Amino acid sequence: MLSLGNLNAQGYKTIEGKVTFFSSAPVEDIKAENYDVSGLFNAQTGSFAFLVPINGFRFAKSLMQEHFNEKFLESHKFPEATFEGELIGFNTSKAGTQIVQAKGNFTIHGLTVNTYISGNIEFQEDQILMEAIFPVKLVDHAIQIPKVLFYNIAEEVEVTVKFVLKKIEK
Amino acid sequence: MDKFLIIFSLFFPFLLSVQAQENLLDQLKKENNTEWTPSSSTFKAIRLINGHTVETRKKGNLEFLISHRFGRINTGAYEFFGMDEANMRLGLDYSIVDWLTIGAGRSSFRKTYDGFFKINLYRQNQNKSRMPISIVWLSNTAINTLKRPELPMNFQRRLSFTHQVLLARKLNHKASVQLMPTYIHRNLVQGREENNDLFALGAGLSYEITKSMHLTMESYHRLSDHNKNYSNPLSLGVDIETGGHVFQLHITNAQEMTETGFIPATTGDIFNGDIHFGFNITRNFQLTKAN
Repeated sequence: MLSLGNLNAQGYKTIEGKVTFFSSAPVEDIKAENYDVSGLFNAQTGSFAFLVPINGFRFAKSLMQEHFNEKFLESHKFPEATFEGELIGFNTSKAGTQIVQAKGNFTIHGLTVNTYISGNIEFQEDQILMEAIFPVKLVDHAIQIPKVLFYNIAEEVEVTVKFVLKKIEK
Repeated sequence: MDKFLIIFSLFFPFLLSVQAQENLLDQLKKENNTEWTPSSSTFKAIRLINGHTVETRKKGNLEFLISHRFGRINTGAYEFFGMDEANMRLGLDYSIVDWLTIGAGRSSFRKTYDGFFKINLYRQNQNKSRMPISIVWLSNTAINTLKRPELPMNFQRRLSFTHQVLLARKLNHKASVQLMPTYIHRNLVQGREENNDLFALGAGLSYEITKSMHLTMESYHRLSDHNKNYSNPLSLGVDIETGGHVFQLHITNAQEMTETGFIPATTGDIFNGDIHFGFNITRNFQLTKAN
């Protein structure tokens, strides 16, 4: 109740979002993009939540996209990745880009990891820009690559997130 | 109640902040009502064993298919249980757009060329339309180019045609079933006792054993042909998926690998030991970018 009240006063919602992941391995580099992401941010309390539907990731190879969903992330069982928590060390009245910490629970493949992510935030007149690059270890989220697969996937993938959030109109 | 909440929040600010976060996520989940197209496949490969599955690749995918059927296992040690004899088909399937795939192949058995098109009519989904099954249309033409000097052969006599409706349902994440009502017309048949037109009903299934391995079964029942010289084709197999490849290993009583051959003219009696070992290997190439 309290949080929703706050959200109406200082709530921001994504109008644009992009999540990219990149795996670099000797045989091939694998990259996928997802524009179907959504997020909410409360500028007063710093609390945020982001939701990324797994089958929104688009690959250059359609078969790889199918395997990514069916075998690696099992999107039929775990349809979304989420990150919820708090932003620390931001100043809403400061102009330009500032470096902030995001602390919270990162859930993917049904497994939650408590993590710190460092990123950039910029407060503009009526919108907020957020950007971060962080590594995700497959082993932390029990993402297994079947041995029989010829894919060469790095044990740690690099995730890039970019969001534009706009103030929620009452 | 409000007083209690204020006192509560004074003493447990941490607890409240956790609750607040959950509210944001719940709110997001509630708002998230976008329809997602399922990216999961009904079958692992574009062929069940001998015939097609409802599966087609996405736009710009080229699939190279190498299929082998060895001789009969009951030919004994002299023929090395059928390994000395092999029929093969080389084929290419290309998806022009997501809903249309064309393909061509050449089989060594009766030196047959075949060409087909495959149209994705409906896809099983959980969206608004809630289509319970996938429907695919397949039309295939085969030309056998075997020299037959004893017969006045012309181009017409070498042609045969198949039209199939493939109806499939993915029952759950592990199991899929398929029904294949089939019509076949052959311009030239062996003798007077054979009909040029034939109706058949096929049935198939696929069951996941591990993430990369599936058991498959395929059978066709000839409805309008009761010629004792031929049997209904029955095949059992296993699909092994390794990324860009699918390896399909199977046993079957059919020797041909095109619908116009194995449905009307399978001669092997599976209960008599007329079993052929065979395999299909597919290699997928993404020629144009998918998205």
